[in-house]
Amino acid sequence: MIIEQQYIDLYNQAKGMINRHSSDVLNAPREQAFADFQKNGFPTKKSEEYKYTDVSEFFNLDYGFNLNRLAVPVDPYEVFKCDVPNLSSLLYFLVNDSYFAKPGVGKSLPASVFVGSLKDFSEKHPDLAAKHYGKLAKTENDGIVAFNTVFAQDGFVIYIPKGVTIEKPIQLVNIFRGDVDMMSNRRLLIIVEENAEAKLLSCDHTIDEGRKFLSTQVTEIFVGKDARFDFYEMEENGVDTCRVASTFVSQEANSNAVVNSITLHNGRTRNNYEVTLNGQHAETHLGGMAIVDKTQSVDNHTFIDHAVPHCTSHEMFKYVLDEKSIGAFTGRILVRKDAQKTEAYQTNKNICTTADAKMYTKPQLEIYADDVKCSHGATIGQIDENALFYLRARGISEKEARMLLKFAFMADVIDNIRMDAFKDRLKLLVEKRFRNELAKCAGCSGC
Amino acid sequence: MKRRKFNLMLEIKNLHANVNGKEILRGINLTVRPGEVHAIMGPNGSGKSTLSSVLAGNPVFEVTEGEVTFEGKNLLDLAPEERSCEGIFLSFQYPVEIPGVSMVNFMRTAINEHRKYKKQEPISASDFLKLMREKREVVELDNKLASRSVNEGFSGGEKKRNEIFQMAMLEPKLAILDETDSGLDIDALRIVANGVNKLKSEHNATLVITHYQRLLDYIKPEFVHVLYKGKIVKSAGPELALELEEKGYDWIKKELGE
Repeated sequence: MIIEQQYIDLYNQAKGMINRHSSDVLNAPREQAFADFQKNGFPTKKSEEYKYTDVSEFFNLDYGFNLNRLAVPVDPYEVFKCDVPNLSSLLYFLVNDSYFAKPGVGKSLPASVFVGSLKDFSEKHPDLAAKHYGKLAKTENDGIVAFNTVFAQDGFVIYIPKGVTIEKPIQLVNIFRGDVDMMSNRRLLIIVEENAEAKLLSCDHTIDEGRKFLSTQVTEIFVGKDARFDFYEMEENGVDTCRVASTFVSQEANSNAVVNSITLHNGRTRNNYEVTLNGQHAETHLGGMAIVDKTQSVDNHTFIDHAVPHCTSHEMFKYVLDEKSIGAFTGRILVRKDAQKTEAYQTNKNICTTADAKMYTKPQLEIYADDVKCSHGATIGQIDENALFYLRARGISEKEARMLLKFAFMADVIDNIRMDAFKDRLKLLVEKRFRNELAKCAGCSGC
Repeated sequence: MKRRKFNLMLEIKNLHANVNGKEILRGINLTVRPGEVHAIMGPNGSGKSTLSSVLAGNPVFEVTEGEVTFEGKNLLDLAPEERSCEGIFLSFQYPVEIPGVSMVNFMRTAINEHRKYKKQEPISASDFLKLMREKREVVELDNKLASRSVNEGFSGGEKKRNEIFQMAMLEPKLAILDETDSGLDIDALRIVANGVNKLKSEHNATLVITHYQRLLDYIKPEFVHVLYKGKIVKSAGPELALELEEKGYDWIKKELGE
């Protein structure tokens, strides 16, 4: 409990300030979360669920907090050039963990819809916020979720009421910047009510290279009956940024969700995805890609809970690991006893391009129903030498041929994206990444 | 055998090659001049495909002795892609499926790499599409196939036609056809062979590697060589292929005193 102690002390000293700059809804679970955090601490490698990434190490540094909510000294709309430009006029920022929006952004949205600051939302719609906040992300089981709940003061909300469709993708850009090493603890709350529809692209960018950043992010997504929601997360962080993100999705009957995690550039990353299919004929598409090199690491830990019959899940993650990078994937799928007629398909394919790169993969299917279709496949391999020679025999240089094959390997992950502007842009970004032209965040005007 | 008085194109001298430490080629000697068509025949396991792989630069094979000169350059010093750009084309016996790489992207990259090698500007989009259209017709390759991933889901015949399509696109000086007839029905064989014949000129040469005579009914060689146990043991005119078709390879083994 040595690493934890500085944070315990910090909370004890600063809880008044934390609460003062947040809202009642966010403050309500704080004490319980603090108790849970004191009890469990950060997960270490001794925990089966965290054995490939020592998350507690991420926290073993003296980070600054912005608990007093000092104003962001920059206008992100001015300094930030998006890697996915022209995607949407619905562009919002979280700078570290402070919400920032240009006045007038989102005015094209119907009045019943709320997109913006979690703090503002919980003051405007306290009942709605209290009904959902912290209800999927339980603090008693996970030290990281508890920690985030203790320190989170604001975040981002999408609330789409019954029957409303938002055609335009909503884009959230999370920027890290600071004159000292900084930590940000943010929350995302997504409520898509019955027969409503929305799409969110959330991007992480480190702006100040040379500084160390740590972000914890807890996302709760409620997808109502017959509702549709797409969630794409793209990480383009610096090598000194650590990210721990936990996403919880609850899907009602006949709903359809995409949860897609793209790690283009990072330092050390741990993503938890937990999808619960609560209503019959719900369909989920969980997937993503990770492209890592140097000593970067990415650990995607996924859990799909087929709680009721007639649901479908498609899961596909792909990694390309270069140099001394480390990847991990855990794919737990639980098909409960009564969840008959479940269809669950899981694929995890990985390429290690050097002898030093490491990949750990663990498919974990627990099937208690007896009338289901489930499959899983996990591979760790190298670039196909026959394909490489075939391309070279047509005059394509070895370097270019390798790039083509790595890109081709990721093609089906990109094809699964249901946001056309993002899909096209991602093709370019992935190619640039494999050509080493995306060594750092391209979003900053200072770069 | 009459030989044209052209310059040498390919000269193989005492070529030895190993795969996984096992010697497959044991001293090959062969000379090819522009405009010539050579057939290399031989029983299974004689080293035919090894020879084609070594000429194309497959890193799986290790050359242990001998030399190969292509238009005066030491071929063995060149990477596979450089050999391609110099004008060597291998039609694969087993073309590789590459999901996720479109035929269009593949061919455009290949053409541009060839142009870069010759210090030329990249091809324009409209010229490229025109070229694709024109060359597709050489082997009657369906437009639908050209828009798919490389060889993915192609039938055996479509894969071989695709090889000749790529050959038409790249216009090699020396085409090596490795068992291009295997797995083809008679119609596909005719289309592939016609494609090869359309591309023939007095400036380029063809090396046809085959087990059977039937491809040679369409692509007529001037020289036929028999490869056996890693060596060329007999060379003659086209009549040799017919004799092999009729009598098999046993009489050659007998001639060699086996």
